[in-house]
Amino acid sequence: MSLKGYKEIPDAGLILNAPTSIQNKTGSWRSMKPIFHEENCINCLFCWWYCPDSAIIIEDGKMKGINYDYCKGCGICVHECPGKKGNKALELVPEKE
Amino acid sequence: MRVAITGNDAAALAMKQINPDVVAAYPITPQTQIVQTFSQYVHNGEVDTVFVTVESEHSAMSAVVGAAASGARTMTATSANGLALMWEILYIAASLRLPIVMTVVNRALSAPINIHCDHSDSMGARDSGWIQIYSESAQETYDNLIQAVRIAEEARFPVMVCQDGFITSHSVEVLDVLEDKEVREFIGEYKPAYSILDVDNPITVGPLDLFDYYFEHKAQQIVDMPKAKDVVLKIGEEFGKKFGRKYGLFEAYMTDDAEVVVVVMNSAAGTTKAVIDELRSKGEKVGLLKPRLFRPFPAAEIAEILKGKKVAVLDRAMSFGAQAGPLSIEIQSALYLAGATASDTPVSSFIYGLGGRDITTDNIKHAIDVAKEGRHGHFEMLNVRE
Repeated sequence: MSLKGYKEIPDAGLILNAPTSIQNKTGSWRSMKPIFHEENCINCLFCWWYCPDSAIIIEDGKMKGINYDYCKGCGICVHECPGKKGNKALELVPEKE
Repeated sequence: MRVAITGNDAAALAMKQINPDVVAAYPITPQTQIVQTFSQYVHNGEVDTVFVTVESEHSAMSAVVGAAASGARTMTATSANGLALMWEILYIAASLRLPIVMTVVNRALSAPINIHCDHSDSMGARDSGWIQIYSESAQETYDNLIQAVRIAEEARFPVMVCQDGFITSHSVEVLDVLEDKEVREFIGEYKPAYSILDVDNPITVGPLDLFDYYFEHKAQQIVDMPKAKDVVLKIGEEFGKKFGRKYGLFEAYMTDDAEVVVVVMNSAAGTTKAVIDELRSKGEKVGLLKPRLFRPFPAAEIAEILKGKKVAVLDRAMSFGAQAGPLSIEIQSALYLAGATASDTPVSSFIYGLGGRDITTDNIKHAIDVAKEGRHGHFEMLNVRE
């Protein structure tokens, strides 16, 4: 991102072209990565409720995976996931694996 | 229409006629009467204002910042320690370029606690990014407040309109006031550039701004603030054409042929005029320069008036440890930038009236005598015991 001069930006630090957070892909911040195991998912959508970055992909009311462009790997979804018969549908693994 | 009211009631009346969308205020002497009278207008249904009673001045300024960011026309009032408590939010209001209008009734800061007039409160806020307008009388307070609404909205900076505590705020003065309709027409309808309540056009106000952009945003304030001078001039001119009382950046009283010029703000300018008139009747070439606009400071324009004359600057505040009071430092800097020297434009500095101490005509005559001798760099406290 090239930096702009003071004549080129809205004054007062205002952000007028919301939502600019889309431009800021935070996936690179990740050191740990959640992996989705669909076979253990009951579609309770706890992961979607809890995700602070809206990085859970939902289609037709069903959990479909994780948007790794924005997922920071905080692991909250993994923590909250009730899974099926004791097996979580989300697992946190080191990013490099 | 001519009415006999106090400076505070003149401010409250201006607020009533401006009919702001939101007023959030907290009482503090000597400003209390303003919000008290105004809250009566609210109670009686004479204004459409939402009056927010808050638990402190910090909250008062915070509430008007929120309201202004939502596109409301907002006003508040304070004095002294109340202004000091607003400090943090003063900068935020200015940096967010919110056109808040605040009437400040100048009062000394504690300690020791004192409720009377000096300019320590607003002078301390001079670097906050607010436009500052000083008023000699209740009439000027009233006129300045009405103009301030337009100035704030056109220049896109908040405006502080100052008057002297008790001397102006509690003295009854006969002044010319406008009809409600005239005020409404003059200020027009406020069309905010944006609103945080506009859900169709979402914006972010006040995000984190680090080493990559903070300086650019400050640069905008640095570059834009001096331009407010033109707005103040334009609106002062228009006010004069419509209502017969023209306002500029300052008042130059008998300065043209003056050898000695006294520079002083607010009510003491009135006392000084009496001295000037008396000395003029004796053939002495003396004049007065009363700055109206202190921020942005009209340095070049003031230097043009003062250059080549002997100058006595009277400050009702002190920046402890500085070479002189804040007004004098500003004047000296303006003169130096305009190429003046100690020999062609000597400046004598005086501190007067702290905590409401009287300034007498003899004090002013003494300052003129000192300046007449050309005592450049002279610094003296008037009417204080050793």
